[in-house]
Amino acid sequence: MRKYVPKDNVQKQSYYTDRFHVVPSTPREEVSTDEAFAKHLETLSAKVEIKSSRIELGSMVVEINHEDNYKALEILRDECGYAMLSEMSAVDYLAKDGNFEVFYQLLNLKEVKRMRLVMRIEQGLAVESVVPLYKAANFAEREMFDMFGIVANNHPFMKRILMPDDWEGHPLLKTYPLHGDEFASWYEVDKIFGKEAREAIGPENRDPARIDRYDTKRFSRVGYEVPFGADISEGETKTEIEYSKTFLVDYTKDSGEQLENRK
Amino acid sequence: MQQPNKLSPFFENLNFERDDNTMVINFGPQHPSAHGQLRLVLELDGEQVVKAYPDIGYLHRGIEKMAENMTYNEFLPTTDRLDYIASTSNNYAYALAVEKLLGIEAPRRAQVIRTILLELNRLISHLFFIATHALDVGAMSVFLYAFREREFAMDLMEDYCGARLTHSAVRIGGVPLDIPDGWMINLRNFCNKVEYELEHTYNALLQENRIWKMRLEDVGVISPEDALSWGCTGPMLRGSGIAYDIRKEEPYELYGELDFDIPVADTNDSYGRYRLYMAEMTESIKIIKQLILKYDETEPQLMAHAPQYISAPKEEIMTQNYALMQHFVLVTQGMRPPKGEVYVPTESPKGELGFYIKSEGEPYAYRLKCRAPSFFHTGLLQEILVGTYIADVVTIIGSTNIVFGEVDR
Repeated sequence: MRKYVPKDNVQKQSYYTDRFHVVPSTPREEVSTDEAFAKHLETLSAKVEIKSSRIELGSMVVEINHEDNYKALEILRDECGYAMLSEMSAVDYLAKDGNFEVFYQLLNLKEVKRMRLVMRIEQGLAVESVVPLYKAANFAEREMFDMFGIVANNHPFMKRILMPDDWEGHPLLKTYPLHGDEFASWYEVDKIFGKEAREAIGPENRDPARIDRYDTKRFSRVGYEVPFGADISEGETKTEIEYSKTFLVDYTKDSGEQLENRK
Repeated sequence: MQQPNKLSPFFENLNFERDDNTMVINFGPQHPSAHGQLRLVLELDGEQVVKAYPDIGYLHRGIEKMAENMTYNEFLPTTDRLDYIASTSNNYAYALAVEKLLGIEAPRRAQVIRTILLELNRLISHLFFIATHALDVGAMSVFLYAFREREFAMDLMEDYCGARLTHSAVRIGGVPLDIPDGWMINLRNFCNKVEYELEHTYNALLQENRIWKMRLEDVGVISPEDALSWGCTGPMLRGSGIAYDIRKEEPYELYGELDFDIPVADTNDSYGRYRLYMAEMTESIKIIKQLILKYDETEPQLMAHAPQYISAPKEEIMTQNYALMQHFVLVTQGMRPPKGEVYVPTESPKGELGFYIKSEGEPYAYRLKCRAPSFFHTGLLQEILVGTYIADVVTIIGSTNIVFGEVDR
């Protein structure tokens, strides 16, 4: 029977997991253990609904509803001093929870505090763009759209950024295979030579370790060597291995007799 | 409207001489001053830029996707290909993020070696910056001198780890090798050499050079507000008068116990940033000289002791059965860090290089996001290029010091 491969997550999976392995968690603390973070959280919670909050490995993580992202970031920037948006992107949880996690990594330069604002958003919904607050989000939101297909509303230039404009699919989704999908394998052939050249050229090989069984120009089978470029679709004959007869003992010939002699 | 005939043929660009018309030109992706694969679409009014659109993605290799399909140790050499000018800083940023997730710390000697390598890479990167920036602006000789020194630094890297560009000189949990014999003497000689050349060659050639100053002063002005809003970090942020260096503010490795200054430029322009890079090189040399003294006081252990995550030293693997078994598991399956997420910023030569790692307890990272400083500095180009002249575009791109390996990832 063929092994079941989940379709909603085609990324590489561990081939072996100990049944009794309990996954530990990183140490997490209450926000109240840190004075500055507690103050920021208090300011934020006065105006925005907080779903959960914690301190994980030195930075505060606050989860909010995705509708509140602009309001929350505005408060964090203007009232809590998080002047810089270091990074924002998403994590694909479609297979597990049916949604994305969007995170905003913020930095408060005066108090030297870093926090992460996270929110869950269903597929197909858009987030509000935060470009008016942080211009750094300009490129970051475009990248998020490019990689996950999450649109940012009111973004000044919501176009793909790393992939070509006419690309189909969003590469960082868990459903997208590492070596590209069907569209990816034909993209360059279609673009450069046209669709009519598909048959002559064939799909692009995106796996550099792939070996074509019938390619005699780059590969040769040990024991079945044939001339360069020979057609072996009908099968090839076994080539006898010839041993050096100059200084090695030839055990292929009269080996029984020779072995007898050695006894 | 033109009326072309045999004596006056049709000139396409005549349209551009009209007052209300602008010319759109395409800069790159194969322009020698584009620092890799930057394509800029510039809309020009005469020689003035009206609109700039940086188009990136020509070097996109999907490194974040690869991270989701590789074990943590497998992925480390891939980080070399981010900022390939100073690859140890990427290796280190990644290794530090994983170490923080695992909750382990590298032994003291590994920390000394790592910090030396980080500062050596900063020197390599800054020498490269001075060289290419001067070359872009038109000063050829600085390029030759700076590349000579960079070559010496790369020789040092080669003596340490065997590679000149893609070092992979850091491992998760420590470093793979101890310093070879005589390396520290060469390093000290190199530091003295660069110190001398900084003073007598680069500064002498550039600092008060009339043409250099004319080309750089008041070019590419970034206000502190813009620098913060656009997410500028590293020399780009400090060049705008904001003294924020992660090495000083959020010390990692040995930076907490080292004595160094954070140079800041408040002119906000390219010349200020150039002075800043020069000052940072002096500070790096200062740091390396302190570290050379610290090295001798350390114990010879190079990798952290965490059998669950990190293979035992080779002697143990070769002599003890359980060390060998665990090594086999770690190589074939990969380590399984705890479930959780971490964002670790480090001060790479270009700015804040951070890795966000989301782990679900599997040997493969659930999500890895590389916060590359150059990515945000490229975004900034669409604003600071507007209003400048076409001759300054190359100066400004050079001054942002972007590397496309980490912009496109």
